[in-house]
Amino acid sequence: MTAVLTAPQRAARRRRTLVVLAVLTLVVVAAFLTVDVTGSWDYALQQRGRRLAAMAVVAVAVAVSTVLFQTVTDNRILTPEIMGFDRLFVLIQTVGVFTLGAATVTTADPRLRFAVEVVVLIGFGALLYRSLFGRTERDVYVLVLLGVVLGSTFTSLTLLVSRLIDPNEFLTLQDLLFASFNSVDRQMLALSAVLVAVVTAGVWRLLPRLDVVALGRDTAVGLGVEHRRVVNRALLAVAVLVAVATALVGPITFLGLLVANLARQLLGTHRHAWVLPGAALLALLALVGGQLVLEQVFGFNSSLSIVVNFVGGIVFISLLIREPRQ
Amino acid sequence: MIEIESVTKSYGDVRVLDDVSLTIPTGGITSLVGANGAGKSTLLSVAARLVPADGGRVRVDGMDVATAPGPVLARRLGVLRQENAMSVRLTVRELVAFGRFPHSGGRLTAEDHRLVDEAMAWFELGPLADRHLDQLSGGQRQRAYVAMVMCQGTDHVLLDEPLNNLDMRHAVQMMRMLRGMADELGRTVVLVVHDVNVASCYSDRIVAMREGRLVAEGPTAELMTPELLRKVFDVEVEVHELAGRRIGVPWS
Repeated sequence: MTAVLTAPQRAARRRRTLVVLAVLTLVVVAAFLTVDVTGSWDYALQQRGRRLAAMAVVAVAVAVSTVLFQTVTDNRILTPEIMGFDRLFVLIQTVGVFTLGAATVTTADPRLRFAVEVVVLIGFGALLYRSLFGRTERDVYVLVLLGVVLGSTFTSLTLLVSRLIDPNEFLTLQDLLFASFNSVDRQMLALSAVLVAVVTAGVWRLLPRLDVVALGRDTAVGLGVEHRRVVNRALLAVAVLVAVATALVGPITFLGLLVANLARQLLGTHRHAWVLPGAALLALLALVGGQLVLEQVFGFNSSLSIVVNFVGGIVFISLLIREPRQ
Repeated sequence: MIEIESVTKSYGDVRVLDDVSLTIPTGGITSLVGANGAGKSTLLSVAARLVPADGGRVRVDGMDVATAPGPVLARRLGVLRQENAMSVRLTVRELVAFGRFPHSGGRLTAEDHRLVDEAMAWFELGPLADRHLDQLSGGQRQRAYVAMVMCQGTDHVLLDEPLNNLDMRHAVQMMRMLRGMADELGRTVVLVVHDVNVASCYSDRIVAMREGRLVAEGPTAELMTPELLRKVFDVEVEVHELAGRRIGVPWS
């Protein structure tokens, strides 16, 4: 049992935690930008800066979308990825390579590819939520169940199509399917950044009401929150954020689950105004740190999702073991 | 005043509320009594717009609860359900402070803080203010939830089984506090109560339900009769006068 702290002591500790996270993130970012630069600094900074910007966009998108999704579904284990987003992304890529050929897909205008992916993913999310989000909270479970079933269907379809693909093209496909910050297009990046910024700003006004929604539907309705409206808006935001992050760099399944729960744990609160910045900082820390390890230790001979999932998994399991919940 | 007009509600084929019409006057404590599955909780939930009615309507101070804007209604009517498990970890103070949300939208003013302290003092939660809910006993937690609803400062307070989890001492304490809310603060308190003797000892009016229908309603003394209790609960009940109170004894 933790010691009983007064409200001001708690607030002070939260602030300290957030500051420490920010400083840590800055240190890692600085290391990422400056370590082992050979040759032109201008060129190196430009290249690394672009990757850093992509990571920042993805970090915010993943953190915000996961925290919101967990709030509106009233659980701490589901993530938007469970709804089949990741696997739909994989399916789109696979079908693209199969029907158009690897050459066409990899040489097509990246902006076009990005636009198609984002539109399909948002469309999928909106359709799923629109058609299923009914009046009662139980519908969340129907939604999740459907997401899981659809996800498996996407995976099966992907498997089927990938067996039909020419082995050489299959190798190209595998490259497309690993989350990577190395080949992000500048314009796509700018567009994603704007989308994520707009959605996050829109979500910000919902935060006090989302704090109440986190208490459960009945309590929220009793306190005068238009529960369904808030939930719908939050889910729309989630759909856009996940779509953008996935289309930009590929699937990063584990990151959101990790940072959302870590942020709540470290900050000792569920208030979104604290948890969202905390989760975003943690996500950036994990991505940049992971990329640093990837580049310096493994010399690019691995993939970022493997590094993040490996380290994240260990941290997460140790958290679960250390703090058993009743 | 809460006006309930021919409200019906079904879950699948089961009709849980069958054309219930009822007016709960302003002030005092009104207890809803009835056997399990009589529709008490559903009626309370419909009145508090937690569950939509299939037919009929409920008006609170003249406002239709189905169409009134949530925030406006939340300043007139507070509600507490029976099950309040939350997936978030809160301190008592944080929970009670949520009662001020309809008024201040998450940014507490000095006045809000004063009211939060007052509600916690009223329910003797002061020493527990900074403890987490999961560190409290069931009874303490129940008091914290009721304190949140009280802190909402609404004229109407609807509570579903507020004596859940409470031992004898705390049940009596809770009923005294609710009595105080009605008498000293002029709130209209509506309770779903399991124990008909609690209803008899502490409420001004009783509403008796059976199988989704209203059986009787009126001042407590008039309803505490063996005939009515048999009709409502389907069991022989003797009613004795003890220290000026009517007590039903079913264990004969």
